[in-house]
Amino acid sequence: MSNQVKKSVCPSCGIETSKEDLEITYKVCPKCNYHYPIGADERIRLLIDEGTFIEYDAELESSNPLGFPDYEDKLLKDKELTGLKEAVLTGEGNICGYPVAIGVTDYRFRMGSMASVFGEKVVRCIERAIEKRFPVIIVSSSGGGARMQEGMLSLMQMAKTSSACMKLNQAKLLYIDVLSYQSFAGVMASFASLGHIILAEPGTKVGFTGERGRSSIKQDLPEGFQTAEFVMQKGMIDMVVQRKDLKAVLADLLDFFS
Amino acid sequence: MENNELDIENRIAVFEKKFDELKELASIFNTDMTIEIKAIEKKLLKEKKLLYSDLTPWQRVLISRNSLRPRSSDYINSLLENRVELFGDRIYGDDPAIIGGLANFRGYNVVFLGQEKGRDTKERIAKNFGYMHPEGYRKALRLMKLAEKFNKPVISFVDTPGAAPGVEAELRGQAIAIGENLAMMSALRVPIISIVIGEGGSGGALGVGVSDKILMLENAIYCVCAPETCSQILWRDNNHAPLAAEVFKLTAKELKELGIIDEIVNEPLGGAHKDPKLAISRVGRALKKNLDELVALDSDELVAKRYLKYRQIGKVA
Repeated sequence: MSNQVKKSVCPSCGIETSKEDLEITYKVCPKCNYHYPIGADERIRLLIDEGTFIEYDAELESSNPLGFPDYEDKLLKDKELTGLKEAVLTGEGNICGYPVAIGVTDYRFRMGSMASVFGEKVVRCIERAIEKRFPVIIVSSSGGGARMQEGMLSLMQMAKTSSACMKLNQAKLLYIDVLSYQSFAGVMASFASLGHIILAEPGTKVGFTGERGRSSIKQDLPEGFQTAEFVMQKGMIDMVVQRKDLKAVLADLLDFFS
Repeated sequence: MENNELDIENRIAVFEKKFDELKELASIFNTDMTIEIKAIEKKLLKEKKLLYSDLTPWQRVLISRNSLRPRSSDYINSLLENRVELFGDRIYGDDPAIIGGLANFRGYNVVFLGQEKGRDTKERIAKNFGYMHPEGYRKALRLMKLAEKFNKPVISFVDTPGAAPGVEAELRGQAIAIGENLAMMSALRVPIISIVIGEGGSGGALGVGVSDKILMLENAIYCVCAPETCSQILWRDNNHAPLAAEVFKLTAKELKELGIIDEIVNEPLGGAHKDPKLAISRVGRALKKNLDELVALDSDELVAKRYLKYRQIGKVA
């Protein structure tokens, strides 16, 4: 979607909505409630009280540790597209006055996949939270899991981030996961499923193996398979929260556990 | 894609067959060719050593999947005594793709886990080809918690193409089951040793692989996803799997250099399947040595060291 286009066509119901109207609804289709994916910067604006956000480790960016073909080009493209240096943005700020450490993964950057710098940023964010006694909120829009281009270094970030979540847990600090748009594979099978509370926006796709990984298997899928609503019924997440209510719900939870 | 045949193995086999024929001829004609035969034997061994010392990553992928390679059950049955296998996750069912239980290993009472691919077709189907379901990860977790409660070390044999990708696995929370294992294993207050004996397939392997020491057999592989999958995703065909294997750095040697695994256990010439007994005894020795070291640490120190071990992987300045 370029900035020149004044209207946006909902991929779910096909209705046209003006950009201005979509801004008012936090990028939710006014007709069918489709939640458009939103980037990390926009998510911070949505959740964190104005003027309170301090970014952590903004300078960290991925190199190409394995010398994987074309990886630098892909990183460069995603950097230009998103203005981010990595697929996760971390920092601290207030939610309705409650201080939190927050991480947001961005689906536009290598599908939000996790590699060395990503894992490092998540772990540093959690470690700072433990030092400062902050609760942690991580919003995941990661369709990609462990990033292929960094091979086993990526896979091991699953263990590394999960270890940090365990430390946070042992420090008796609240950890909330918010799943938005999609959350799969190595991200979902590590920090994104380890929250004390797991929230998801409506329609979010949640699971281990996504469509592409399943393409070789012919199986009939139950209706609504891997949607937030479906996995909530299956007992895997705590609740489905409308984007417009998300900040208030988080504030309530922070208040309860404070 | 069943492609266990290594080209060099075929070449060696052809040569060995001709060599046997020559020896037979010599005996039929009652000709003394001892010197010639000795010379050829020597040359053959030298050639084999040369060929096997310089395997490409893709050749190692094929060896790691060789159906004749010793399985977890082979190591467990040979190395562990007084075995009691335990079943089930107490929630949903038992997962035959992983075996687990209690045993004695060279003076230590241990809890063992072993991902099991099965050997013949019937067994492979029964074991779901080593693809674990959530109940398998939960069974493993239940046994590890038991180990922690009674202060017994854990030995985990890793050999899987990956975690089960089907609908059933999703319905029972595959991602959550694996994530839970990673977190719990990172802080388990008893020693954990894992050894990749064949294929270390992605999160499916990691789900029983977080440990104080990660050992790997010389020809085993450990990778973020199967090279075939990588080829499909990045090149949209299957032909680039050997290239993917190359760029992934999935061999024991490369992973040791990257600081991801701790120790390589050398295999008999040509791979563990050429001399399973020798392979198993070497694994036994490596496990014992590492276990001796780990049980000497107190729990706090053990867990702190484990945290740092993973903390430094992919560390950036």
